[in-house]
Amino acid sequence: MSASPPPDVVIADTGVTGPPASERRPSWHESPLRISIRRFCRHRLALASLITLVLLAVMAIFAPLLAPDPPNAVNISLYQQAPSAAHWLGTDQAGRDVLSRLIFGARVSLTVAVTSAISAGLIGLILGLLGGFLGGWVDSVVMRLTEIILSFPALVVIILIVAIIGPSVTAIVVVIALTQWPTACRIVRQATRSLKEMDFITAARATGCSNLRIMTRHILSGVMPPLTVVLTLLSAEAILLEAALSFLGLGVNVPESSWGGMMQAAQSLTTLSTLPWLWLPPGIIIAVAVLAINFVGDGLRDALDTRQQT
Amino acid sequence: MGASVPTPADAAGGAAPLLSVRNLSVEFQVEGGQVQAVRDISFDLRPGEILGLVGESGSGKSVSMSSLLRLNPSPPARITGGSVLFQGTDLLALSERQLRRFRGREIAMVFQDPAMSLNPVQTVGSQITEAMQVHDRGLSRRDARARAIELLDLVGVPAPTVRYSQYPHEFSGGMRQRAMIAMALSNRPKLLIADEPTTALDVTVQAQILDLLQDIQREEQVSIILITHDIGIIAEVADRVLVMYAGKVVETAGVGPLFETPLHPYTRGLLASLPRLDAPGGDLPSIPGQPPSLNPPPSGCAFHPRCSLSAGRERCRTELPDLADAGGQHHVACHFFAELRDSAPPGAAGEPAATDMDRGYAR
Repeated sequence: MSASPPPDVVIADTGVTGPPASERRPSWHESPLRISIRRFCRHRLALASLITLVLLAVMAIFAPLLAPDPPNAVNISLYQQAPSAAHWLGTDQAGRDVLSRLIFGARVSLTVAVTSAISAGLIGLILGLLGGFLGGWVDSVVMRLTEIILSFPALVVIILIVAIIGPSVTAIVVVIALTQWPTACRIVRQATRSLKEMDFITAARATGCSNLRIMTRHILSGVMPPLTVVLTLLSAEAILLEAALSFLGLGVNVPESSWGGMMQAAQSLTTLSTLPWLWLPPGIIIAVAVLAINFVGDGLRDALDTRQQT
Repeated sequence: MGASVPTPADAAGGAAPLLSVRNLSVEFQVEGGQVQAVRDISFDLRPGEILGLVGESGSGKSVSMSSLLRLNPSPPARITGGSVLFQGTDLLALSERQLRRFRGREIAMVFQDPAMSLNPVQTVGSQITEAMQVHDRGLSRRDARARAIELLDLVGVPAPTVRYSQYPHEFSGGMRQRAMIAMALSNRPKLLIADEPTTALDVTVQAQILDLLQDIQREEQVSIILITHDIGIIAEVADRVLVMYAGKVVETAGVGPLFETPLHPYTRGLLASLPRLDAPGGDLPSIPGQPPSLNPPPSGCAFHPRCSLSAGRERCRTELPDLADAGGQHHVACHFFAELRDSAPPGAAGEPAATDMDRGYAR
């Protein structure tokens, strides 16, 4: 036993005379980031979803170690076998192990999700900041641009462009980024416009900060919380779009596996009814990934809400 | 008004003014016209002086002061005329880039609500060091930190080393305002504009902040413009007073003469409406009517619809009074101020004799 009690005990003791624990001021040096992390961890579903996503990411990264078979190894003798001890999720029309393809497929889906969400977010962030902060004609140009893009049915445009430039992961990422940034842009612009009116921005200007400095030092930090939430939603959207494209045969190149590509099997009615192990696992894992991302987004939204003080 | 506006500094023929505002006018573009928020104001500020700027909400006091550094967003605000000479440089003629060298370095501002004027997601220390690094790129992080801690200590923030790395939400209101003042002082400005620095604070803290401002003025040799709607605060700390009404300066005088013999009916009304400790209870006198719309402002003297002295006189309604010399560095914009001066002790508006007023104010 140590002679001095741990700090927690001291706080508990003073709590008898001081305010109740719920009204206690945040502990010494609690940064906004740490407050947010603490709040996020209270959100059980979000926390579980985050763990799920981390597991999926680990699965994607270590796919060669985890997959029981090479994902593209064709073995005609194992044609369309039902799940068994050797092949837990069965095999497909080319005799490839479904589980291995599922594990490798995570690489495509998660890469597309992360890179296209970040690219879209970055475009939206820069244009939204400029439009929201500078206003005037810059804002008009940015807003018209978002409206133009939002007025097209995204999926149709994406299918068209991919069909023209040829399917590949890069093409999918670029096309998703170019069509999905307006969502991020609008959120960033809105947040920027309200932040711009805050007294601390006027104070920063009165201290001699340039517009660039105000945007990067003061607006950016305020815009990040809503943008983070939008990024999660964008990455969920990206997974779905990639799945849709691959389902239509416009995804990654053929031997490569992706979740959407595996769903292609479900295009045939007989497969749909007789070979559920071909389309059910990728379907479920897409749903799980998208749901998890959305729950994390919800958790982030609550955790980053600056209006809440606890 | 022409360029030959008499100002106290001219009359005194004293040291060169630090700041010299001439015929400054500011408009706000609104739907269906322009609000003339500041109309042709002129004044001088001497080095080391505390100038109190008093007026009701919408009188143009904050707008005129933030116009000195062109801080009002434009549009809708537009500076329609005048000059702001700071040590001989016309701030209104500078480019945005040149003006940035004055903002924060030569002229610093402290705002009304310290809870809103600090960035909530950055530590107080980093905001003070940023204010310094904006103007001195070569300043090392360690030196900036040392100076920031020194400043926090100077403005009376206890445990400055600990406070340095805390966030604004961990500061109380008074401490935040002290931190804002530290930030404003970080570049050793020659002029500090304090825009209602105590309005958001409770009374005891108000007194502490006012004391701090006075100490700073003495020790750091900085001139201060103190904007307030509380004329009691002016009595406490200012050397000279500028009374604004409807975008115009209506009276300016040393703090003593102004409180002893206010010459503008509006100033009289302001003084009369203060609660007093040495007077019997009952309803406080108030100035009848509402602050006027400035789109467009009333004809003639803007105060005439509410003025007891005017009482329907034609001249008040038609002719805009100039800021006239009333002797002894006392200037007033009223056609009939002589009547007020001669009718002392003023009984009509209900104020008591003025010599012991300073003692009587309940702040």
